[in-house]
Amino acid sequence: MTLLHLAVLAPFLMAIVVPFLYRYLRQIHTGWFVLLLPVLLFAYFIQFLPSVANGESIMETMPWVPSLGINFTVYVDGLGLLFALLITGIGALVVLYSIYYLSKKTEALNNFYVYLLMFMGAMLGVVLADNLIVLYVFWELTSLASSLLIGYWFHREKSRYGAQKSMLITVFGGFAMLAGFSLLYVMAGTFSIRELIAQADVIAGHALFLPAMLLVLLGAFTKSAQFPFHIWLPDAMEAPTPVSAYLHSATMVKAGIYLVARLTPVFAGGAEWFWIVSGFGLFTLIWGSYSAIKQTDLKSILAFSTVSQLGLIMCLLGIGSSAVHFGYGSPESELYLIATLTAVFHLINHATFKGCLFMVVGIVDHETGTRDIRKLGGLMTFMPVTFTLAVVGSLSMAGLPPFNGFLSKEMFFTAVLRAAQLDIFNMETWGLLFPVIAWVASVFTFIYSMILLFKTFTGKYQPEKLDKKPHEAPVGMLVSPVILGSLVIILGFFPNVLSHTLLKPAMVSILPMLLETIDHFGVHIYMWHGFNAELMMTIGVVAAGAVLYRVMFKGESIYERLRQTDPLNHIYDSALAGLIKGSIAITRVQMTGLLRDYFAYMSVFMILLLGYATYRYQALAIDMESVAPISTYVWILAIVFILSTLSVPFINHRLTAIIAVGVIGYLLALLFVVFRAPDLALTQLLVETVMVVLFLLCFYHLPELRKESFKPIFKWTNVIISVAVGAIVTLIAFGSLAAGHHLNFEPISTYFIENSYTLAGGKNMVNVILVDFRGLDTVLEVLVLAIAALGVVTMVKLRMTGREDV
Amino acid sequence: MELLMSVLVGVLFMVGTYLILTKSILRVVLGLILMSHGAHLLLLTMARLKTGAPPLLGEDALSYTDPLPQALILTAIVISFGVTAFLLVLAYRTYKEHQTDNLDQLRGSADE
Repeated sequence: MTLLHLAVLAPFLMAIVVPFLYRYLRQIHTGWFVLLLPVLLFAYFIQFLPSVANGESIMETMPWVPSLGINFTVYVDGLGLLFALLITGIGALVVLYSIYYLSKKTEALNNFYVYLLMFMGAMLGVVLADNLIVLYVFWELTSLASSLLIGYWFHREKSRYGAQKSMLITVFGGFAMLAGFSLLYVMAGTFSIRELIAQADVIAGHALFLPAMLLVLLGAFTKSAQFPFHIWLPDAMEAPTPVSAYLHSATMVKAGIYLVARLTPVFAGGAEWFWIVSGFGLFTLIWGSYSAIKQTDLKSILAFSTVSQLGLIMCLLGIGSSAVHFGYGSPESELYLIATLTAVFHLINHATFKGCLFMVVGIVDHETGTRDIRKLGGLMTFMPVTFTLAVVGSLSMAGLPPFNGFLSKEMFFTAVLRAAQLDIFNMETWGLLFPVIAWVASVFTFIYSMILLFKTFTGKYQPEKLDKKPHEAPVGMLVSPVILGSLVIILGFFPNVLSHTLLKPAMVSILPMLLETIDHFGVHIYMWHGFNAELMMTIGVVAAGAVLYRVMFKGESIYERLRQTDPLNHIYDSALAGLIKGSIAITRVQMTGLLRDYFAYMSVFMILLLGYATYRYQALAIDMESVAPISTYVWILAIVFILSTLSVPFINHRLTAIIAVGVIGYLLALLFVVFRAPDLALTQLLVETVMVVLFLLCFYHLPELRKESFKPIFKWTNVIISVAVGAIVTLIAFGSLAAGHHLNFEPISTYFIENSYTLAGGKNMVNVILVDFRGLDTVLEVLVLAIAALGVVTMVKLRMTGREDV
Repeated sequence: MELLMSVLVGVLFMVGTYLILTKSILRVVLGLILMSHGAHLLLLTMARLKTGAPPLLGEDALSYTDPLPQALILTAIVISFGVTAFLLVLAYRTYKEHQTDNLDQLRGSADE
């Protein structure tokens, strides 16, 4: 356990303390205590910056299950550190914001901060773990914490629905991912990501490469809300706004991005990875941005916007992976390295402006009581600071200068334009789609950013639709969005402040063999000026977006024409309902509650299994040679036996049936006599007598039932099943007799015959076996009888009416 | 003789299965008894029914029948007797409590 491990686990430890703080220090908002931790962790992770910037990485190992190759290895490199700083930094700001957002009088703050800290620790574990299984454990913990946070107001129906939905979808992906990890282990024999990267060429040539890749991507796509798994994210907006800002824009939804980036060196290089990652990313980009303009709820707009921006980052990672195909250092590869750089850069930018916008929306919600853009309007004069922040965030999201969103959007256009010129993986036919879709999606992005800004803060103020009189938020609530907004501007004007410390090390993590060419490549980071095609595209976006916005979003009528809900929700809902209905129907059909049916199932399965096995191994055989001759006496006995047995089902009176069964028992005793088993015959006679007496005693003393007689219902299915059971037993008996003759083993009974007098001093061999050679069986058989006797006594004596304490 | 006994065992199992598939508890118990008869007979048959003296050393015979399956069957008879007796009393108590021996009327509620 090193300090680094402690840092990862610290939020969990803190989560244990939180309920006590909440219980015993009620007058202080619990959030203030919690705030200390992310700030400390942020400071702690900052100090790794210099060494990571020099290309070093820090690794600490703690054994967990060493015998299975599972060690809790914390590995800090560029990518991990970037995420760790995002998690702790934005975590601190979100905790600060939540202190003002959640009232300490009405909210269950202990729950909130425990879940939040649990999430923070899990997320740190995901991004810093080097072992895939450890990563998976933390990954599922983020899913769990996220569901708990979405369902924070658990008395609301929609919160529960959203929590369940996110849980089902992300855990589905998580399981798929675990399967993918297991396949990776099968291929490479290790769970360590760095060792996997070292064996990338072994994995690439393996037959399981594609299944492993698809399963891991399924996990990443569900977590990062890629099409068609994005549907949980808009419903996750039922969570408190600080949670939406933290989990559903800045950190958790980027876990999938992290995983794709982290495993790029393992999987990238082929057409499958390139097309799946960039194709799904591109489609998610346009789907999310188109869905966002249909929404009337501010948080829904931001949710679909997050979906689309995550698609953008995913697409960039896909394009960037083509650098692996060309080999590092080749002139083509450097062109596509810019895509990876953009992905990392936009990841940071998105976290800043989206976090800021969520907090702005939270303030609007908090101060007006609604998030519906049809009710809002003209808030500019009431909330000047919030409005300014919204301007910064929205314009950055729309990709306008001078904010950081502009830079990443320009670089995104550069990447897609160059991707269109690729001549690998069928890109010569499909490549043109990349810039076209990207451009259209950017127009949609521009439109919803404008909706967010103008529908909320400008236009007509409608006091009659609002519950509260709007006013500016308290200063404390504004601190966090102001910091994020300032970052948006700072990164916009000075984009290079992070390039050496964070961006470059993160890129080296994603494309690790890059080290030789990185210095040469470094120049591209500064090249963000120029009068080029990308700038023209941006101007086009603004022009088209502005025209469309003016034309389409004049009034509210547009929302009636567009269906607001995502059609995929309908598929999800009906699939879930169908699953439940289907399983109920299946249960109804098979669980009838009738003993008869269950016994019929068992018999049928036994017949099928045994019948198939007999057929498969050709075990049917009749051996006529070794059988003993049949005497006339046995013939007569057997015929009487069969006839009396067959008559039992046809006897209509209960007592007669009992007597018939008694007769069969005595006939069996006679058979035992014939087969030279005196002890068996004796016991059988006694037992049969006692049994018949018991039967008669039981049923004679039930006067009200004496009149009732058997009405055997002759059922063909029952007849077929029972004939088949009888036949299969007989056939197996034939077969095993033949097989026994064929193998001709010596029975062990010669030992008993030779030794029962010399060793045990008894001449009755059966009794010697029962009490001497195999005495343990007899002891337990006595125990069975004793238990049965006690059970009988209890049943007869004990009369419970259901009200006693047992 | 083994083949004839195998057929006998098959008949016992057939009738036993048929009785278990009927509605009345008493018939189910009777079916179980017939099935255990079948199992005991099968045990004996499988050890070969070659003629020999009963497994008593005082007989001074050249060959004896196999004593081991007889010991096994003896144990099995006693155990199935215990279980059957318990089942009978259980059936009796069920009659007493529910006033029926029809298994169709003895099913639990639908939502269990």
